[in-house]
Amino acid sequence: MSPAAEGAGKPSLAASPETAVRTEGLTKRFGRHHAVDGLDLTVPRGAVFGFLGPNGSGKTTTIRMLLGLVSPTAGRVEVLGEEMPARLMGVLPRVGALVEGPAFYPFLSGEANLHRLDTADLRAPVRTRGERVKSALERVGLEHAAHKRVHAYSLGMKQRLGLAAALLAPRELLVLDEPTNGLDPQGTREVRSLIRSLAQDGTTVFVSSHLLAEVEQICTHAAMLRTGKLVAQGTLDELRGAALPRVEVRTPDESQAAEVLRGLGLSPERSAPGTVVASSAANDGAPAPEEVVAALVGAGVRVRGFAAAAASLEERFVELTGEGFDVAQ
Amino acid sequence: MLLSSAPASARLFVSELSVLFRRWRTWTMLAALAAVPVLIGLAVRFSPKGPPSGRGPAFLDQITHNGLFAGVVGLVVCTPLFLPLTVGVVAGDTIAGEANLGTLRYLLAAPAGRVRLLVVKYLASAVFCVAAALAVVVGGTLTGAVLFPLGQATLLSGDTISPGEAFGRLLLMAGYVTVSLLGLSAIGLFASTMTNVPVGAMAATIVLAVVSQVLDALDQLDWLHPWLFSDHWLSVADLLREPIAWGSFGENTLLQLGYIALFGALAYGRFTTKDVLA
Repeated sequence: MSPAAEGAGKPSLAASPETAVRTEGLTKRFGRHHAVDGLDLTVPRGAVFGFLGPNGSGKTTTIRMLLGLVSPTAGRVEVLGEEMPARLMGVLPRVGALVEGPAFYPFLSGEANLHRLDTADLRAPVRTRGERVKSALERVGLEHAAHKRVHAYSLGMKQRLGLAAALLAPRELLVLDEPTNGLDPQGTREVRSLIRSLAQDGTTVFVSSHLLAEVEQICTHAAMLRTGKLVAQGTLDELRGAALPRVEVRTPDESQAAEVLRGLGLSPERSAPGTVVASSAANDGAPAPEEVVAALVGAGVRVRGFAAAAASLEERFVELTGEGFDVAQ
Repeated sequence: MLLSSAPASARLFVSELSVLFRRWRTWTMLAALAAVPVLIGLAVRFSPKGPPSGRGPAFLDQITHNGLFAGVVGLVVCTPLFLPLTVGVVAGDTIAGEANLGTLRYLLAAPAGRVRLLVVKYLASAVFCVAAALAVVVGGTLTGAVLFPLGQATLLSGDTISPGEAFGRLLLMAGYVTVSLLGLSAIGLFASTMTNVPVGAMAATIVLAVVSQVLDALDQLDWLHPWLFSDHWLSVADLLREPIAWGSFGENTLLQLGYIALFGALAYGRFTTKDVLA
């Protein structure tokens, strides 16, 4: 069935070739607990989409619904232009997934585990299996441990093997749930560059994380989730742009600096000895950073350091929810 | 779609068997099963007095005349508990074991297909039933050949048959025992879809095997007996008559098929609608 034909039958959730994932009013209740509540997600094709939220905010449940592991209580899911879970067997071979941590048979080698998973994929060609397993292992840097039993793998190696499993076939969409869990800083950097190179090849990457700073560096788009509800969604610039600007001044003349900043319509506070931080009360009409510096210098404040901090997603999240990112729930 | 995916399904089945038979646990259980007739053979061979006729497990006194009876005694001794125990472990592990490892979500996301996975899992546990019965036969035959003469075998009906024919009967008995365990395997499969804790599904399956036999032993419940999956388990001896009494074989097969249909359907209903959260 062509996407257009399917879209014609279901006008409210039109299949669109530009959308990799779309959900509409997606809801999952476990008993009386709303794990996911009325989620409307739109993930454009080719995006690196950060799916952000504290632990327990419903990220993994959403991902399980995208993959047809959990059936929604209400709402609809469309993956790669096809209705899920009805078209699951046709959709999932085009999707690579890492869900809630890697899982393997500990008594089999890494290579044997990948063979097993690829065999489970109905459409994976058996002729190229050995080759694809080998190149997936190489891609995550595990070729030297291919014949070791997974039992002897470190957490980081298992995480890499999980990524290799997601890369067994050419995928249109990768769903990666906390892909940097258990990795050291070097491994984290490698995963980021892997995601970047996959995105360059045109793969849509849907990556969930509770570590905002980590994901912020690679995403083009993001959605923020809190207790099962969407708080914000859009391109990274849209999300950051909506955040309030902030400046940080290092000076011995704290009170004088504070007065100048207040005069510019900012609300200053002393964050550490010799440091004044000020954010604008409103988004519009905030002074440009160079104006702030000029005003400070003009008033005779000895400026030893100045930074106009681009608002981070974390600050945006705190603004939107009134809660710290780590403590929500 | 199902037809065109037949080779892929066959490969998944082979993969399933290789996972099953690459586990130490599987081989430990088969070795333990094979050890039963070995122990019986050793005990009979090296006890000062011969086994008293008519006491102890059925056919025990036959071993000294024909070593092949070590396998027969082994099957009869293992049928009530030891074989159901190992089958319960394998069948109870089918789905719950994958859920417990977390590999279930990856198999389903591959996508293996829920029905296909369930069928493949059941077939693999059926292969284990064959392997389990054969393990007892192999252990018994080797023990018998080493410790005792392999002469003519005397059947229950008093007829005697050649050693070759006796071995054929032994294999037939292994087939009967395998069939006997297929219903229990289906129960185990269903139990396995109910939980993410394999030990729970295993225990439930084994407990049911025991309960069925206890109920089967209560005369007050004789109306229930034909419906118990263990009802024909010990009728395996009917294969040692001349001519063979095929009646129990047929009834047993029909009964086991009924259990496969019932618990297969329950497992299907449960597994195809289940939220996979493990």
